[in-house]
Amino acid sequence: MSETTTPATATPPDRRVSGVSIRLDGVTKRYPGQDRPAVDDVSLEIPAGETVMFVGPSGCGKTTLLKMLNRLIEPTSGRIHLGDEDVTDQDPDRLRRRIGYVIQAGGLFPHMTVGTNVALVPRMLGWDKRRTATRVDELLDLVGLDPAVYRDRYPRELSGGQQQRVGVARALAADPPVLLMDEPFGAVDPVTRLRLQDELLRIQEELGKTIVFVTHDFDEAVKLGDRIVVFDVGARVVQYDTPEAILANPAEEYVADFVGAGATLKQLTLTRVGDVELRQVTTAVVGTDSAQAVAAVRSAGHDFVVVLDERGRPISWPTLAELTRTTTVPAAVDERLPVVDLRSTLNDALDTMLAASQGGVVVTGRREALAGVLMVESVMAAIQRSRAEVAG
Amino acid sequence: MTAATESSSLGAPESVTRRADETTAGAGRGDWRALATQPLLVAVGVLAFVLWRANATLTETEARQLGWTALWTGIREHLLLTVASAVIVLLIAVPLGIALTRRPLRRFSPLISGIANTGQAAPAIGLFVLLATWLGFGFGTTVVALVVYAALPVLRNTMVGIQGVDPRLVEAGRGMGMSAAAVLFRVELPLAVPVVLAGVRTALVLLVGTATLATFIDGGGLGVLINTGITLSLDSLLVSGAVLVALLALAVDWLGRVVEHVARPKGL
Repeated sequence: MSETTTPATATPPDRRVSGVSIRLDGVTKRYPGQDRPAVDDVSLEIPAGETVMFVGPSGCGKTTLLKMLNRLIEPTSGRIHLGDEDVTDQDPDRLRRRIGYVIQAGGLFPHMTVGTNVALVPRMLGWDKRRTATRVDELLDLVGLDPAVYRDRYPRELSGGQQQRVGVARALAADPPVLLMDEPFGAVDPVTRLRLQDELLRIQEELGKTIVFVTHDFDEAVKLGDRIVVFDVGARVVQYDTPEAILANPAEEYVADFVGAGATLKQLTLTRVGDVELRQVTTAVVGTDSAQAVAAVRSAGHDFVVVLDERGRPISWPTLAELTRTTTVPAAVDERLPVVDLRSTLNDALDTMLAASQGGVVVTGRREALAGVLMVESVMAAIQRSRAEVAG
Repeated sequence: MTAATESSSLGAPESVTRRADETTAGAGRGDWRALATQPLLVAVGVLAFVLWRANATLTETEARQLGWTALWTGIREHLLLTVASAVIVLLIAVPLGIALTRRPLRRFSPLISGIANTGQAAPAIGLFVLLATWLGFGFGTTVVALVVYAALPVLRNTMVGIQGVDPRLVEAGRGMGMSAAAVLFRVELPLAVPVVLAGVRTALVLLVGTATLATFIDGGGLGVLINTGITLSLDSLLVSGAVLVALLALAVDWLGRVVEHVARPKGL
């Protein structure tokens, strides 16, 4: 599969790969008393280190197929390989400890602390206490939760998005080569979902796992997937290709319908915030002298300033007038500050702007540090460009 | 199915689960205040009884029946009946309830709950007498009757508690490689604890009340006082027995609540 090209996505071609390939050979699932198999003779190869999205209408068998990968559902016939290993007859409990599994809302155990939840698989694998504890902190850090703050909390004390992050951390705890995700972001609000998607892209960039991700949201599939499998009833593979190729050439009427009208605008989902020009802005660090900041904003000809905390993360964007009224740069965090990641799509950025009723959005990069501001005009220009391309 | 058994099989679990909800709701400061009030009431009750007993003018029969040793024997017998039956109920009903939620036995759960429902729906006194004609009079028969009578709430709540665990959590557990037993002991049972304990408390209170019937089949306990009071038309005996049983039930209920409070898993 190495000669298959992976067209330009946000992920660089020379990224690290720690995953293994998955190969399905004629996998079928029949339930007694049903005429048609839920999954009918599916053969599929998922390359190591790629994110492959399973999309399709509900009841098409995509979730059944996913659950056969870790044998939560036993296939009626067919073989399943992880890397070079046939795992169809392996002890399922042992197999599952090598495969991360993330479900909606994280599936955290409410009577265990965040730390205990994350430590479950390492404990089962017999890791010693110190190694497990180090790993737990490392993972909480990876998913953007401060271990000192969250390790000893109970899931109930966390927001939906935070619970989902812990769910991802728990699945990654024993460093499994494969991660299965079953509509993981289905239960969180749209803004949180965008954040979690960006986060997953970042984590995947760092780790290079093989990820199989079930979703019914085609935009999510386009955003996160290196490849997308479009399924029809019986888990029939209708099209298996890169998001770009599926958007450009839907294999059948069925796919075109599923991709939806306005596929031109869907191109917005293919363009990342990092691909378009960002506006550079004046910044001020919390607690510094306001007058200085005001002077800097004036000399740059801007009308607002982005306030950064000590770690360089944007926390608010007061106007010049608001800043003039203060003596030191305020430390108040603007909860409604619209923020997207460099890996977010233009679609996400536009959504975020509309949700916040703002004409622009703050863009962050590595470690949530400020990267610039994306104005609505730039998004519009990108839309016009893509329409012109399609028309021409 | 007749209408009578139908309604009883629906009615009992409802009351059981409602009690469960009551106790699972909130564990704040108000809870502790409620927990502190109950023993206070019991203490006041005991004090009032002791003062009355020490100062009342009693006939010779009354004095004999209400003698401190006689009273103490009654209370001890009553507690012994309650505790012995409760222990046996726990040993039978909790494992049975767990087993009935496992896949291979799940199809038997309606049958067994049906039997348990009948046990509770049958009039207790009838149950006592029937068992006595079969097994003979005495302590042993009383315990058997009490066990049959009080098994339902514990069995029911064990099943309801385990069935109430979010199936996605079970799937998450299996999905990360926990064995079925590990999921049961580390996820399902801990999460079911509050509901199971609510059932145990219900059973205990039932047992204290029902154990008063032991007197009819020579099982002892505080029922003796009440029964003697009725037969000899001695209100002092009747009321003393009733008050003591009520205080005992309140005290046992309070103990149950404390255990529920302490044993409830953190984070819920």
